[in-house]
Amino acid sequence: MSFEEFLQYCLSGVTVGSIYAVVAIGFNIIYNTTGIINFAQGEFLILGGMVAISLSSVMPLLPAILLAVAVTVVAGAAVEIVFIRWLKQPDVLRLIVITIGISILLREAMLHIWDEQMRALPHFTGSEISSIDILGAHISPQALWVLGIGTVIVVGLNLFFKFTLTGRAMRACAANRTAAELCGINVKWMVTFSFMLSAGIGALAGCAISPLAQTQYDMGSSLAIKGFTVAILGGLGRSMAAVAAGIILGLIEAFSISQFPLAYKDAVTVAVLLLILFIKPSGLFGSREERGLKEF
Amino acid sequence: MRWKRLAPVAVLIVLVILIQLVFSAADAVYYLTQLTMSAYYCLVAIGLCLLMGHTGQISLGHAGFFAIGGYTSAVLTTVNLLPHAGSGFVRFLGRIGFVVRRVDLYGEEILSVSPWIAFLAAVILALVVAFVIGLPATRLKGHYLAMATLGFGVIIHAVALGTAVLGESDGISGVPGFRLFLGLEVNGRLKFRVQNYYIAWFLIVAALLLAMNLIHSRVGRALRAIHGSEQAASSLGINPARYKLTVFVFSAVLAAVGGSFAAHYNGGIGPSEATVMKSVRYVAIVAVGGMSNLWGIVLMGMLLNFLSLRGYFGSYDDAVFAAILIGIMLFAPRGILRLPLLDSVRRLAGAGRGALARAGGPLAGILARRGGERKDGEAPGERHG
Repeated sequence: MSFEEFLQYCLSGVTVGSIYAVVAIGFNIIYNTTGIINFAQGEFLILGGMVAISLSSVMPLLPAILLAVAVTVVAGAAVEIVFIRWLKQPDVLRLIVITIGISILLREAMLHIWDEQMRALPHFTGSEISSIDILGAHISPQALWVLGIGTVIVVGLNLFFKFTLTGRAMRACAANRTAAELCGINVKWMVTFSFMLSAGIGALAGCAISPLAQTQYDMGSSLAIKGFTVAILGGLGRSMAAVAAGIILGLIEAFSISQFPLAYKDAVTVAVLLLILFIKPSGLFGSREERGLKEF
Repeated sequence: MRWKRLAPVAVLIVLVILIQLVFSAADAVYYLTQLTMSAYYCLVAIGLCLLMGHTGQISLGHAGFFAIGGYTSAVLTTVNLLPHAGSGFVRFLGRIGFVVRRVDLYGEEILSVSPWIAFLAAVILALVVAFVIGLPATRLKGHYLAMATLGFGVIIHAVALGTAVLGESDGISGVPGFRLFLGLEVNGRLKFRVQNYYIAWFLIVAALLLAMNLIHSRVGRALRAIHGSEQAASSLGINPARYKLTVFVFSAVLAAVGGSFAAHYNGGIGPSEATVMKSVRYVAIVAVGGMSNLWGIVLMGMLLNFLSLRGYFGSYDDAVFAAILIGIMLFAPRGILRLPLLDSVRRLAGAGRGALARAGGPLAGILARRGGERKDGEAPGERHG
């Protein structure tokens, strides 16, 4: 493998990995406030992409994307209010099954609204043939957009959780729900808000990858599985570790394509998931102390 | 006690025979085709019922085991060994009866593995895979277990889609019939329709009896203890990991048996049998049936699969299953047969319950069984009564 090829694989791995990281962060936000893994997270990405594609035919790209994010945020809030909010102490099995059901319903709804065609947003800058030369490797300007948006989401969320009252309240819910409630934090709305936040960042990521990966109604579940792999790889609930894990998985996937047939691409990712689940379910960066406290 | 337990089985058998007679008399035997396929899917649900309802372990990958069974049988019985007929190994297999000569769909003679051996191979493969996956997976809980089994299903689907010998996206076709004994043959052709209906239902009844034996044995009590509290169970000397693994492997083997028979019956199998959506359907059926209620699961599994296979749900097929899944989990997590509404109907019927059960009918049998259980102080209706 030449240096240029190596660099090419690295770049594409990092680009894809940053999207996986955003999906994983979406999982983590909801997991931290509720203890739920939202199996419908992948559908939020596709929904965001689909709405933006439809809107972009009647308005410029930027407002279309912003509106799509807004629509998906509303959808996220609706999912929480309709299906999750009023359940009294549901067990994990029930929640898993409910969110799986939601993801299928969303997918089927999208199938009936947008049919099964592959669609794509236009490239944010340039077109599909424009490319940027980096040390002999070629990268689409859209990949830079994906990386940039991924970075903005990660940095923005970090600032949000550190410096705003709402963000701190959400962290308090994650640390100890009862204590947070005793401090006067409205935990119920924090849960709704966490669904809105993950839906929003999901939609934004969905718009960013649409020009590169295209958007189809049933692509959500494979994105969700990869996002979950990344979340586990980094240690469930740890958003910054998810970024590192996302890039690792992106690289693994990029290089696996050069070794295995393309059809096995997803199988390779899932094999990574099974390995990490079986060997070290606390994740690559999980501490021993934490492992003692959690149940796997 | 034993007779009480077997009575519903007898009712089921009578019902199965009645359905066949009615459909045959009405000249509508084509319905039996879907009922046969439903029965094979129900085998998976019965195994999953033991795993989810009685052990409290979720699996989102059981379509994978169905596919392992189906694909193993399909590949072994369709791959033509004639070009290798001269080799010592194939000649040895022929001498001990493992490979047979037959004529394929296009009238050409081929040499392939006998269905019996293929069936055994399918079961053994499912057993080994379930053991290898289950050994680490059954130590996981909640989301982790759900994702591990889901991941297993995704891998099986990807392998089925991406491997040339498994037919990639086309799957495998031209699977021959499976000659059992006494002239019985698992085959989808018209003249075998009625006997295949009974073969499939024989498997269901056998699986039900096995499952009931398991539930009412020492193993079943251990499983219920594990479901209640793993720590308490292990303090009583029960090894939760071993029991969970046993049930996982058992359910996987049931699924593989269903897959193998279904492949012979359909004359083929495709990657759609291995999708995550199929696994979710099995979970939906177990949920609707009431998680631990074998009879509810067989009843609802037959109903839903039959409607789905007849195409009554149209292009909303998956959506219907998802909506059912959500509805059940939101409003009736104990299954549709334990809805509060039905509970009150049952209370009204209270006195006549015993008489109802004696009179027969599947629902009456279930109701009577429920009533007996409630005496143990389990059902929620008790508190109001």
